[in-house]
Amino acid sequence: MATVQILIAGFGGQGVLFAGKCLAYKGLLEGKQVSWLPSYGPEMRGGTANCSVILSDTPVGSPIVSSPDVLTVMNLPSLEKYEHAAKKGAKIFIDSSMIEKQVSRTDVEAFYVPATKMAGELGLHTLANMILVGKMIRETGMVRFDDFEEGLKKVVSAKHADLLGANLTAVKAGYEYFTERK
Amino acid sequence: MAEKVLMKGNEAIAEAAILAGCRHYFGYPITPQTEIAAYLAKRMPKIGGCFLQAESEIAAINMVYGVASAGKRVMTSSSSPGISLKGEGLSYLAGSDLPALVVNVQRGGPGLGGIQPSQSDYFQATRGGGHGDYRMIVLAPASAQEMADLTIKGFDLADNYRVTCMLLADGTMGQMMEPVELPAPVEPSVGKPWAVTGTEGKRRHNIINSLSLVPEELEQLNFARFERYAEIERKEPMWESFMAEDADIVVVAFGIAARVSKNAVVAARESGIKAGLIRPITLWPFPKQPLAEAAQKAKHFISVELSMGQMIEDVQLAIRCSRPVTLCNRVGGMIPTPEQVLESIRSANRR
Amino acid sequence: MTVFEKPKSLTDAPFHYCPGCTHGIIHRLVAEAIDGLGIEGVTVGVAPVGCAVMAYNYFACDMVEAAHGRAPAVATGLKRAMPDRIVFTYQGDGDLASIGMAETVHSATRNENITVIFVNNAIYGMTGGQMAPTSLPGQVTQTSPYGRDVKTVGYPIRVCEMLSQLDGPAYIERVAVNNVKNVRNAGKAIRKAFENQINGRGFSLVEVVSSCPTNWGMTPQNALRWVEENMIPYYPLGVFKDRTAEEVK
Repeated sequence: MATVQILIAGFGGQGVLFAGKCLAYKGLLEGKQVSWLPSYGPEMRGGTANCSVILSDTPVGSPIVSSPDVLTVMNLPSLEKYEHAAKKGAKIFIDSSMIEKQVSRTDVEAFYVPATKMAGELGLHTLANMILVGKMIRETGMVRFDDFEEGLKKVVSAKHADLLGANLTAVKAGYEYFTERK
Repeated sequence: MAEKVLMKGNEAIAEAAILAGCRHYFGYPITPQTEIAAYLAKRMPKIGGCFLQAESEIAAINMVYGVASAGKRVMTSSSSPGISLKGEGLSYLAGSDLPALVVNVQRGGPGLGGIQPSQSDYFQATRGGGHGDYRMIVLAPASAQEMADLTIKGFDLADNYRVTCMLLADGTMGQMMEPVELPAPVEPSVGKPWAVTGTEGKRRHNIINSLSLVPEELEQLNFARFERYAEIERKEPMWESFMAEDADIVVVAFGIAARVSKNAVVAARESGIKAGLIRPITLWPFPKQPLAEAAQKAKHFISVELSMGQMIEDVQLAIRCSRPVTLCNRVGGMIPTPEQVLESIRSANRR
Repeated sequence: MTVFEKPKSLTDAPFHYCPGCTHGIIHRLVAEAIDGLGIEGVTVGVAPVGCAVMAYNYFACDMVEAAHGRAPAVATGLKRAMPDRIVFTYQGDGDLASIGMAETVHSATRNENITVIFVNNAIYGMTGGQMAPTSLPGQVTQTSPYGRDVKTVGYPIRVCEMLSQLDGPAYIERVAVNNVKNVRNAGKAIRKAFENQINGRGFSLVEVVSSCPTNWGMTPQNALRWVEENMIPYYPLGVFKDRTAEEVK
């Protein structure tokens, strides 16, 4: 893997920026070159938010991801907006409890994870984002899973240290969630 | 080696200011730079520093003027419309030869414009922004690491030359997170015998002033100031040269535009086009020399900007219009893609 | 025996002020207060834009010349950078109550520990006699040639009354320098405004009702009479706010 360009998108409040940060920090701890770029402005307050994450073995040029290798979408507008931007052969992760629609392209790999529903069943109501992170790691290998906790510790603030365990549970649930390849 | 931490560009500026010995910050909320104020509002009280949210951009820059008069390191930050309001203060700082660091995390304009990234304050920054004959040193970071490093460098340059230094970033640079290795804290080393710290009855009073009603005297003050500017132009230009030595097509870009352009240059090389990038790090003084040198071999220059074409004039001046210079741009908060820059390179190569 | 001498806190530079102008008196009162409190070596003054623009040449302490109206912001910076120094501003009515009103109000509401000397002569002097925010209703100036018409340009601003409505400021007093008794009172108020700062009490403003014979088109004597008969009735003298007796929190 030379460079992986990741785009994560959803409603503000679904934790797409946080999910990106976890991946970026884990990449940094593994010695990769990384960048994380959020959308900002009014969309942060309930509109559609997204972040660009780049993990690379060489210095990152443009931090803007316009055609992702990995696309994760947590709401329908994001799927509609970014599906056609993804590279040929890209891996697309979809929160299928939020999005009924399927990916229309045939030159990409789609993974449907009912992340929001799973999070609810596990009592981790706000952690659908982390379930998707687990699945992304499983299917892309862009960062290591075994010591994921180390990266997480960097982004979960001391104030919320009690949430570390819940986040890890969510990542694990996503990592272990089996999907048939479509 | 210090640990690398992921930081937003805006936070890197704020923390670096503290490491540079800055203990006074004044600002007014405006997107997309408010993280700087938020960060310092938390940090300053814990280290005995002063964070004050001013009643206006104008008040903020004049508080900066006060602290600078006292001989201490001081910073303010804003975004484009706020910098216009600070224009008066920038002129007075220059007229009184006071060192200060002013950060502009640019957004699209004119007027209220938008809140997405832009580089359309290039003229305002490199030509001064306020009234009168003066210059500011303008630094253009292109990574979170440079946001930190150039903040510290900016304080040093400001003190050394008694000028205002502007860090000219944009919304992307401010919001982006990248690994940053924070430098060790520095002790400001330049003495400031001109500062108004109280005479203690031991010397004649110091006066910080930009008023001079005798034309002959005011002329001399301007001459003396421009001698310092000439020294800055000789000694301080900074730039990064990337594959430019043998380039036929030279892309010139700073900040986020340079990051995008780098991808395009790499792609062009892969397709057999000899492209290169010269990234000005100081926008004033503009790095004329590497551009003039590149013009001896190159056949075409491309200025990539998030503006309607402002730096392009400096590129043309630097190479004395000896080669064609074309503009590759997006504005209004849009950012050119590497593909767009690559297409510009290809089209220049076909000429 | 010396019975009268120049305060140490004034330099030897001759004032540029017009004959009969009361800036000279007020400068002297400020210098006497600084001398009396023995703070010349630790004081930094901020000069305004207006007639007192060159005050930096007259006060022997360290001085800063501010942009028009910005003296309280500059003083805020100075005081925050050097809490152990005494910082004062010296401002006119256009500077303090028009272009610099925001800086005035906000430094007052922050109870910034500075001393503000506000010279109100109801006109822009330096630029040749234009209407000021404190020009009286009906007052003829270069830019109100038919007299200040409150229906079109509004009413004068009573700065002390306005600022005393704020919770922030420590001390607000209006004095005048049109006769010996008032000059003495003005001296006391100015001294108190500096003492307050030394004692960490916070924002202290003394408004000095003053005259401008040149731009009012009067002899100095008539100008002082005009202060008595027209200015003081509109701008009553007295203490408008004094929190200095309260416990320092």
